[in-house]
Amino acid sequence: MAESHGGAKGPAAGAHTEADGGHHGGGFPPFESSTFASQLVSLAIFFVLLYVIVSKLALPKVGGAIEARQNKIEGDLAEAQKLKDQSEAALKAYEGELASARSRAQAIGNESRDKANAQAEAERKTLEEQLAAKLAEAEKTIASTRTTAMSNVRGIAADAAGQIVQQLTGVVPDAASVNAAVDASLKG
Amino acid sequence: MKIDPIHQFNIEPLFTLGHIGNHTIAFTNSSLYMLVAVAIISILMLASGTQLVPGRLQSVAEISYEFVASTIRSTAGAEGMKFFPLIFSLFMFICVSNLVGIIPYTFTVSSHLIVTVGLALLVFFTVLIYGVAKNGLKFFSIFVPHGVPGYILPLVMFIEILSFFLRPVSHSIRLFANMLAGHIALKVFAGFVAMLGFSLGAIGWVGGVLPLALTVALYALEILVAFLQAYVFAILTCIYLNDAIHPGH
Repeated sequence: MAESHGGAKGPAAGAHTEADGGHHGGGFPPFESSTFASQLVSLAIFFVLLYVIVSKLALPKVGGAIEARQNKIEGDLAEAQKLKDQSEAALKAYEGELASARSRAQAIGNESRDKANAQAEAERKTLEEQLAAKLAEAEKTIASTRTTAMSNVRGIAADAAGQIVQQLTGVVPDAASVNAAVDASLKG
Repeated sequence: MKIDPIHQFNIEPLFTLGHIGNHTIAFTNSSLYMLVAVAIISILMLASGTQLVPGRLQSVAEISYEFVASTIRSTAGAEGMKFFPLIFSLFMFICVSNLVGIIPYTFTVSSHLIVTVGLALLVFFTVLIYGVAKNGLKFFSIFVPHGVPGYILPLVMFIEILSFFLRPVSHSIRLFANMLAGHIALKVFAGFVAMLGFSLGAIGWVGGVLPLALTVALYALEILVAFLQAYVFAILTCIYLNDAIHPGH
């Protein structure tokens, strides 16, 4: 690499002053090869320093912060989803409970209605039987009373006929003929 | 009044570090601005918090991170993330030193060809060494494109090889020339304002409004260029690294 002050063996400062003089004398600074070594060394030092800072400290830190946020958001979303699932499950359980309670209530209602009906039916039946028994008894009583009354009526009618005949004719009629006449009229 | 648009590129040694052979190694104004860039990046990346809801500084740090990461993923794939620290360092170093260099009276590190050549060669040798280490001789299949008829293959291969070895040249000169030309143009237009004013008096100051407006517009453009050239440098690095990672394409 050619150097403008390569020949100068004196102190470095002196060499630089020479080189600077060269710049101001119309040289184009980016093409001043005497400055290349200094710039390359500085670039190497500072770029390596930057690389180490970036790779060991900066990127892990910022990347970690971004990742932590991402994880937090995902965790929160998962938590929200879990809670939503839970509430949906609770709602479903509630609805199931409600439906079963409703059907149970219906079953209980049906059962009690049936039981009440059966009981009422049975009561009605016994009552009817009782009534029928009483009715039959009453009819029997009526019939016997009637028979008795009818037989009494025949006796009374025969007596009355005998008395009437006695009053009208003064003759006591024969009991047998009176009875026969009463029977005939009773039949007629 | 003498206006020297080249003066801003002067390398001024601040103190001597030592000697390598007969080269004097000095800590120069360029070294100082490299240090400034490294310091700004370190402060930005390390002093920003790690809060769940980021503040301003932390947002800038995270946006830089995501920006470079997504650039690598989209151009070199997930495997390219191996080179994340390298590309992040390159992008941030160039971007920050360019943006610092736009401030008047400062020095622009990347306006010196030797710096951009150094960075471009770093990328070139990283690609070459990693490519050969990972793929062996298959790496050189990047010089043989698919579907090219046999009779023009030698010509295509020659062009491919030539373009591969010219990569560091274009890679470095693009950045260097952009920064150099931008700063010279800014200096020239800004110099017009002062020149008109000092040579023509009141009329000159009024007439200086036009170059002043141009300077402002150029300044805005240069801010864009400062960022854009850093991005271009980083994305080209990704594309070159993609060749080393996936030589089949």
